[in-house]
Parts: sequence; structure tokens; C-alpha cells
Amino acid sequence: MNHAVEAYGISKSFVGTRALSDISFVAPASSVTGFIGPDGSGKTTLFRIAATLLIPDSGTMSVFGSDTVRDYKKLRTITGYMPGRFSLYHDLTVEENLNFYATVFGTTVKKNYHLIKEIYIHIEPFANRPAGKLSGGMKQKLALSCALIHKPSLLILDEPTTGVDAVSRKEFWDMLQNLREKEITILVSTPYMDEAMKCDSVSLVQSGRILATGTPEAVRRGFAGKVWHASAGGKYNLLLALRKYPETLTAEPFGGSVHVTFRNDMPGTDIDRFMEAEGLSGFSVSEAEPAIEDRFLQLMRKRSASD
Amino acid sequence: MTDSIIQVRDLVKKFGSFTANDHLTFDVGQGEIFGFLGANGAGKTTTIRILCGLSVPTSGEASVAGFSVYRQSEQIKRNIGYMCQKFSLYDDLTVRENILLYGGIYGIRRPEIRLRTEALLERLSFRGSADILIDRLPLGLKQKLAFLVAVFHNPKIVFLDEPTGGVDPVTRRSFWELIYEAAAKGITVFVTTHYMDEAEYCDRVSIMSNGRIVALDSPAGLRTTWKASSVDEVFVRIARPGINFSL
Repeated sequence: MNHAVEAYGISKSFVGTRALSDISFVAPASSVTGFIGPDGSGKTTLFRIAATLLIPDSGTMSVFGSDTVRDYKKLRTITGYMPGRFSLYHDLTVEENLNFYATVFGTTVKKNYHLIKEIYIHIEPFANRPAGKLSGGMKQKLALSCALIHKPSLLILDEPTTGVDAVSRKEFWDMLQNLREKEITILVSTPYMDEAMKCDSVSLVQSGRILATGTPEAVRRGFAGKVWHASAGGKYNLLLALRKYPETLTAEPFGGSVHVTFRNDMPGTDIDRFMEAEGLSGFSVSEAEPAIEDRFLQLMRKRSASD
Repeated sequence: MTDSIIQVRDLVKKFGSFTANDHLTFDVGQGEIFGFLGANGAGKTTTIRILCGLSVPTSGEASVAGFSVYRQSEQIKRNIGYMCQKFSLYDDLTVRENILLYGGIYGIRRPEIRLRTEALLERLSFRGSADILIDRLPLGLKQKLAFLVAVFHNPKIVFLDEPTGGVDPVTRRSFWELIYEAAAKGITVFVTTHYMDEAEYCDRVSIMSNGRIVALDSPAGLRTTWKASSVDEVFVRIARPGINFSL
């Protein structure tokens, strides 16, 4: 397969802080490559290097064969970058912002309208509104339109869905799927684990390192051991009781239930009696499919144990 | 449900011709963890501002901890805690200075502040680092600290506006355990979030759309009523009726 982005041994430090430690990854062309990790894990630094805005201390990164340090001028013409913070002109209207970005890249809105149509159509009714007066979801759609208007080969999206409600997030990801079909390679970061499953490949990032990488399905299945799904009346009491149970390794709230791991990968035969003695009613436990978040939790725990 | 600590009846808030809150009626029980959900722009922030005594309704009734939002906003402010994702603690003050500042604002005496500070630091296993600038703390720890500072004066209610945005999954869970602990002590928790798994952690959840509360029930109740497998699914169906998503 053709690699659109290749990174080898990227490290970067800022005064006193190591932001990235020996990061390597490849992103196939026309795919969505996701970097999933919390704030401060190094995602933004990595993306700024890919966008030719930062120089790594060591390691190399190339985009379509061009080096991000040496060939930065060339790369800037084929890269679309949507930073985590809204960076359009607040006092220009929606339409003026879009025209401005098109002009800077030597093209016109008309020429590439087909690329942004599906996204821009939602904000077109507000074309004369200053960008600063848009809602969060609309700002995000405008920023994506501006990043796309010069038909970039590589689109870098730094936490495009942070602070955006669950429905707009889903709409946004549907748009990304469609862009991939227009031969645009996408690097995207997010703190939301559920979005990981929408990527072609994902890397779990923590403290400037990649903890795991692969297709979302492979990353998920990399979970070591078995996850059990427990439920009972009150969730907090259930959590406390499970942690008291001698066979329990970990017990964590997980959406509507609690995910548990046990020493021998299964609960003991005495678990029902134990929970009853703890005063829990309606206790049940059954084996569950590990989610990608289970894997992340496991990897994070392993890392903090070895720190 | 136990005694209600927040009572809202027919609450309306208009900005010019725009109705941000359209006849809201709901109660929140004491010690309850109440999830307040809605799409961006649904009107949540408007309601929270009214309940915190920062804005007056156009019409309708609302009382918080027994105080009217029209006439007793100062008493309300004394009886609530508030924390949001964007700003909570002063970056250029140390941990100890921040606590002292907040404790002082709420009129707690120095010796009592000192005692409670020790307990707070103990809870976060953080005793050695009390003289560190907030700026130097990792985000997750900052958010947990911000929560404990928001309940430092033992308020009756704490309002949390997207408290876990951008926080890692381990910290998000330990943050929720702090919420559970506070609720077990009788503090009512009023929380907004974009993480739908966190909606499942609440005792009850309300979902707002276009200024109205469209659904209000326990997570299990919502799933049953809407024949959905998760609160997330219910949320999507309320926010965008008629659209099917695959995520």
C-alpha cells in the first residue's frame, strides 16, 4: 500500500517537557488515521510537525515523499490544517473567510465547491454572519470548509469534535468518511474513544508515546484477558462491592454497567453470595466483548505501573 | 425521590424574539446526580445561569436550595458550587493558595480551611505538592482538584459544566468517583457532559432540544421508553429526529 505519511523516531521537547518520545507511524493514502489520547498526550505537537509548523528534535517525517522540514514550502500547498483552537477571522463573515482561504491558496471557492458542498450547505444560510458569532458546531463546519477549499492531499484535523455535542460529532464523522473517497488522506485526533472505531487505523497515545496501533478492531482485540460486565441496583455500591471482592483485579464504571477483570479471568462461584452479603440486589455478571476503551485503560495502567 | 432541592416550574427565558428556555418544569432531589444533556445551542447554559443566580427568568418559577432565583440570588450563590472545563482555578496561584482563596471567599475561617485542605490533599494523594503552581499540574489532576475546591464549602448543590472534556479515560473514571462520593454525602450534583457513557452514570438524565426538556428519566427508564440500547441512542433520536447514524 502507498503511504501518504511516514514518521520515524520523532521526538520533541519544549523547555523542561518532553512532548513526544520516539514516535513512528505510517498513514496509508486515502485513509483516516486517528490519534486517540487525552489532552497533553502530544497529539497537537505531532500534528504541528506534520503540518510543517514545528521541527522535531530528532526523527523524520515525510508526506507524499516530501520531508516536513526540508520541503515545507511545497507541503504547505497540499496540506489542509484545522487547529484545535478556532483560528478563523472572527470579524470576517462566513463567506469572507472562505474566500480569503481560497485566495491565499490561489484558487476560488467556485472551483472546489464540490469538495465542501456537503459540509458548507449547513452554514451557507449564514454566509453573511461574522464567524465569531457562529455556534460551536457551525464554527467547526466553517473551519473544515476553509481547510478543504484548496483541495489538499493531506488534511490534518486536531480535535475537531472537542466540545461538540454527540449528534454533531456523528455528523462530522460521516463527512470524514466521504472525504476519504475523494482521495484525501486524513490525520485526525480526538479524546473520544467511540470515535476511534470510525478510523481506518488508530494509535492510542499517552504521554508522548504510542501505546498501541492498528485497525480499531485489532487494537480492541489486543486486550489481554477477559472483561466481564456486571450490573446491580446502585452503581456506586456495586463498584465498591466489586473492589472488595477478593478475585477482582479491576472494576471500572463503563456506560450503563461496570466492567470487571478477575484474577483467573472469571469470577469465583461465591460471587453471587458475596454481593448479596454486601447488600446488592439484582446482581448479575456475564462475559463481555472488550471495547477499545478497555484496552486503553489496560495499557495506561500497565504504563503507570512501570513508571 | 427524596426532597427536591431544585424546583423549576414553567420556566421561560427569552432573548428578544428567541426563546432559549421554553416552559421548563422539573425537580432535582437532594443527593441526586442529575445529568443535564442537550445538543449545542439547546438552551442548557441559559438554564444553568438562571439556577446559579446569574440570570433572571422571563417568567415561571425556580428555586434552588429553597431560594428564589428572582429575589435571593445572593443566597443561592452561597449555597452552590460551580465548576466548568474552561476556567476553575487560578493558574498562577499554588494549590494551597487557590484553596485559601476559595475558602476565604465563602467565609470559612483559616483554621477550618487548614483542616479541610489537609483532608482534600489526602484524598488526592497529593500532600507533598501543595505548593506547586496550578499551571504545572496535569489536566486530569487539575480537574479533580477543581471539583474538590468547588465542594470545599460543602454546598448543597454543585453545578458541573462539562467537567471532563479532554480528560483521559482513567482520570474521567476517578473524577466520577469523586462525584459519587460527594453525592453519597448528600451534595446534589447537576452535571452536563458530551460523553454519553457519563450520562449512564447519572441517577436521572434530562435531554433538552430547542429550549424544551424532551425526556427526563433514569438511564434505564430512558432506554426502555425509547426502546434504545443506550442513552446515546436516545440522545441522537431526540436531537435529530428522523436521522439514522451508525456510530
